[in-house]
Amino acid sequence: MSDKKGLMAWVDARLPVTSTFEKHMSKYYAPKNFNFWYFFGVFAMLMLANQILTGVWLTMSYTPTAEGAFASVEYIMRDVEMGWLIRYMHSTGATFFFLVIYMHMFRGLMYGSYQKPRELIWIFGMAIYLMLMAEAFMGYVLPWGQMSYWGAQVILSIFGALPVIGPDLVEWVRGDFLLSGITLNRFFALHVIALPLVIVALVILHILALHEVGSNNPDGVDIKKYKDENGAPLDGVPFHPYYTVHDLVGIVVFLFVFCFVLFFFPEGNGYMLEYANFEEANGLKTPEHIAPVWYFGAFYTILRAITFDIGPISSQLGGVIAMGGAIAVLFVLPWLDRSPVRSWRYKGLISRINLIVFALFFVMLTWLGTKPASGLYQIMGQIGTLVYFLWFATLPYISANEKTKPVPDRVTG
Amino acid sequence: MINDGVNNGRRSFLIATTAVGGGVGAVGIAIPFVKSWTPNEKAKAAGAPAKADISKIEPGSMITVAWRGKPIFIVRRTDEALGYLEGLAPGLKDPDNLDKGQQPDYADNIQRSRKPEIAVIEGVCTHLGCAPKFFPEVQPEPFQEDWKGGFFCPCHGSRFDLSGRVFNGSPAAKNLPVPPHSYLDENTLIIGVDEENS
Repeated sequence: MSDKKGLMAWVDARLPVTSTFEKHMSKYYAPKNFNFWYFFGVFAMLMLANQILTGVWLTMSYTPTAEGAFASVEYIMRDVEMGWLIRYMHSTGATFFFLVIYMHMFRGLMYGSYQKPRELIWIFGMAIYLMLMAEAFMGYVLPWGQMSYWGAQVILSIFGALPVIGPDLVEWVRGDFLLSGITLNRFFALHVIALPLVIVALVILHILALHEVGSNNPDGVDIKKYKDENGAPLDGVPFHPYYTVHDLVGIVVFLFVFCFVLFFFPEGNGYMLEYANFEEANGLKTPEHIAPVWYFGAFYTILRAITFDIGPISSQLGGVIAMGGAIAVLFVLPWLDRSPVRSWRYKGLISRINLIVFALFFVMLTWLGTKPASGLYQIMGQIGTLVYFLWFATLPYISANEKTKPVPDRVTG
Repeated sequence: MINDGVNNGRRSFLIATTAVGGGVGAVGIAIPFVKSWTPNEKAKAAGAPAKADISKIEPGSMITVAWRGKPIFIVRRTDEALGYLEGLAPGLKDPDNLDKGQQPDYADNIQRSRKPEIAVIEGVCTHLGCAPKFFPEVQPEPFQEDWKGGFFCPCHGSRFDLSGRVFNGSPAAKNLPVPPHSYLDENTLIIGVDEENS
């Protein structure tokens, strides 16, 4: 370091810019066999940046009061120059954020990216996902339309089912005896300041933890086992420039898709911006059919699936426990999978079929969340809920006992 | 560092007491932030009683008034509808009002009301707070074949009879609450006040 000259040397002597860049970019060795599924992490980062940038601009024209919120969103859409575009970038961005997060999580499931030594990466990731759900929920309340109001009413009432503290807790969160402008105003504060700070901090932890142990890959083999004479993994390439350039190509393709939806289907046929939300909030009238935005569908279906009392647990509390459990169980996944191999390429046939079934049922649960809970839909939702939990319940046994294929020493492609 | 003259016992004690002191301070400073979220004075003042004129309600129909921001359903039930109440009991979760918190004492009867034909019910589903919809007709409905009239919550499919009592197979566990109410005169209902003529 001492023989370097010029401005960079001056800065490096005071702030570790070069060494940090080397550690995380130009000398961070990522496996050379990354495939399509490894784009979604960087897409998620792109969407986070999009949400923060457009979000800051939206706050410049938005009014966080029960009286003014709905009108201010109309004002953004009609009067503010390019306001419609910035708002649609934000709302479409939310959908794409969840879409890429779900793909990113499925990648983790396929290739065992949560297994030792990457448990913390998975847990930070799940914490990001949880915070993102809170962030998206509060963001959806802000336009103060009918679905904003009644969606919030339902989600907040979920906490009311908790024994003893439930009702007081809901009142505390609402800050009123019913959902009101007081609630809206604090959700605005949480949505634009508190939760984004938490999410950004968690993303940093997610990446620091990743760079500490190194990235997994589609084969689930450890690339650090075989190194060249300089100590660089034989199966790795420096993240910069190889993956930065590679990811830029992916980003261009992704943005084509993103812009297509943004410009041609900004309402997502009612799944991204629900039609009921084009009517101002009315506390006396529930819309015909309350459905969450699509990305909450699966957990909403699980909430509604419990229509019967289980011993002393009422159906209502049962639904809340099921929904909470469905999210909580994801956190302990690294300890449920006891397979000696990481990637599903080398796991047994049953594991592979089960993962596909699990993913298909998750998609079904998501779809059912947007449908009314009656008749066949109700039964499908209950079956889907059962399958969801069965996957986790059987995972320790199946993963520990099934016959696996031999894992190669080096990556395969 | 030189270890001479270090009193480890005193050092541990000071570390522990400082940590405890800091912890107490952290809890103390949390109080205003937590308190700040509870309903404020303005919100508390907004809960005045609501009046409703029930003379215009036709038998079998309903009006909705707002009380404390909640929808209050006022239904004038037909004699036919009142006749069904007894027979519905086997299909209900709590036909006998065993949960005393869901209605005032004067509404602890099969009609769950002061005047048998006038039902006064909070239109807030006991499941997750949606406003149930009014389905008064005795006819097959998509959600139940032998429907005898009542409320159906569009959110999660909870069903209630015209007394607000919840049917088995609903995600809601409790009957719809009956708010405190009384009659100022023959045609004027007041919601939020228990005493007659007060």
